[in-house]
Amino acid sequence: MRILGIDSSGLVASAAVVDDEVLLGEFTTDYKKTHSTTLMPMLDELIRMLGIDLKSIDAIATAAGPGSFTGLRIGAATVKGLAYALGIPVIAVPTVDAIAYGLYGSKRLICPLMDARRQQAYSGLYRFDETNEFIVKKEQAPEAIEDIINRINAEDEPVTFLGDGVPVFRDYIERNAKVDYDFAPPFASRQRAGTVASLGRKYFDREYYTSAEEFRPDYLRQSQAERERAEKAGANA
Amino acid sequence: MSDIKILGIESSCDETAAAVVVNGRKVLSNEISTQIPIHTLYGGVVPEIASRKHVERITQVVDLALKKADTRPEELDAVAVTYGPGLVGPLLVGVSFAKAFAYAKQKPFIGINHISGHISANYIEAPDLKPPFLCLVVSGGHTHLVRVIDYGKYEVLGRTVDDAAGEAFDKVARAIGLGYPGGPKIEKAAKNGDPDSIEFPRAKVADHPYDFSFSGLKSAVLNYLNHEKMAGHEINRDNVAASFQKAVVGALTDHAEMAIDEFGEDKFAIAGGVASNGALRASIEALCDRKGVRFYRPAPILCTDNGAMIAAAGYYEFEKGVRSGLDLNAEPSLAL
Repeated sequence: MRILGIDSSGLVASAAVVDDEVLLGEFTTDYKKTHSTTLMPMLDELIRMLGIDLKSIDAIATAAGPGSFTGLRIGAATVKGLAYALGIPVIAVPTVDAIAYGLYGSKRLICPLMDARRQQAYSGLYRFDETNEFIVKKEQAPEAIEDIINRINAEDEPVTFLGDGVPVFRDYIERNAKVDYDFAPPFASRQRAGTVASLGRKYFDREYYTSAEEFRPDYLRQSQAERERAEKAGANA
Repeated sequence: MSDIKILGIESSCDETAAAVVVNGRKVLSNEISTQIPIHTLYGGVVPEIASRKHVERITQVVDLALKKADTRPEELDAVAVTYGPGLVGPLLVGVSFAKAFAYAKQKPFIGINHISGHISANYIEAPDLKPPFLCLVVSGGHTHLVRVIDYGKYEVLGRTVDDAAGEAFDKVARAIGLGYPGGPKIEKAAKNGDPDSIEFPRAKVADHPYDFSFSGLKSAVLNYLNHEKMAGHEINRDNVAASFQKAVVGALTDHAEMAIDEFGEDKFAIAGGVASNGALRASIEALCDRKGVRFYRPAPILCTDNGAMIAAAGYYEFEKGVRSGLDLNAEPSLAL
């Protein structure tokens, strides 16, 4: 089975092709450039370099959110266009899960931090058990950094932090973390489409997939207008 | 010569739209999924909500357009998509989808200017229409007076220096409590009002006779409302709507007349969402009759944002050999 992985949820733009047990190719950049100008040329370059036919792709796995709203919709619209044209399913992989999965086999707690602004991070808590089964201890959500670190301290176990929230919250972690902690090395410190595709394969085998029509990014946050409207309604109730 | 079939995709504001058009003139399908009911809750278009709705709808709308046109993607000659001007989030959805779809189907892909699309709606409505002609483009986001020199080739004579005409409709509608969208609501109220009851100014832009300004008019309406309120008078909304509409239509018609007199073109077209306003259509038509100029206007369904107009504009670009790269970006302030 051949899976195309796409991740444009953050500053990283990444595309990868994964066959059953092999990462055939991956093109990842973490550079301030608009994904709308880079993602498709990267995918095209990758496909041509590999010399494969797009029609040989069986499914598309994508980082479905959270992330930058703009990045998520460029990714979602691109994935929909491809999946609809090719008549193949879409595997919606939670962005934070995919980042954590990049530390496969780690014996420590895994705590991805994606900068969500306003002193918050999109985060979750993960581990690999003794059989290397991927365990989601806490599902991804936007959370205040102090709540995240309080939980880590309560777990009282060694932890690895990773994600684009690390440079943002490093000071806070260094001042407040009371457990043994470290930070992931560069190859695993950000989003990667190869990881999205690899984890996507596991989801696919469990029949967690959808169609181009039905797929929606999971922003994890309402738009500001919706939030304000809901607050007003709450205040008037 | 064989027929050229183009899929047009439009998502620059609050309509997700797709259409299949043959040779820029014959519409096989024209699907529009509007978001107006959602944005009405907020009194106007909320860009983030619009962007999300486009993502939810785009695949279904394109699929319906192809099915209703009885066209398989393989039969398409190209995919055309609006890449500006408009709201950046909504534009990115159409551009990203269109690029990916065209790439996967190995079809040429062409970015289209939204205003060029509006003008091209006239080619669909009037199969005999050929450039050169004059065109007045009026919508919620744009007000342009244009000389169409050739297909896709324009000379902009004038544009608004502040609010678009449709924007002024929305703002005044809100001020007199008619709600969103303002255009149709003002038009309806104006039918019961006296257009000569209140004298609102028609602003001119110094040194740029073809440019428009509508923010002064909007302020004049707001001042009038305040003044009446202070004086304890009851406001007749229908009269305000009718007088305001008359001032807008008057300014647009004055400019049109000036252009007809100066350039001597024998064809005049209108386009854009506000071009479905009955008072504007009647006023420009009367002007054209008076001047012996042939008047063109698209059916209301082609005035609103739609995919067919993008496919029509796309056809003429396709014929010229224009193709866009996979790095095409959305350009919210794209000029005509």
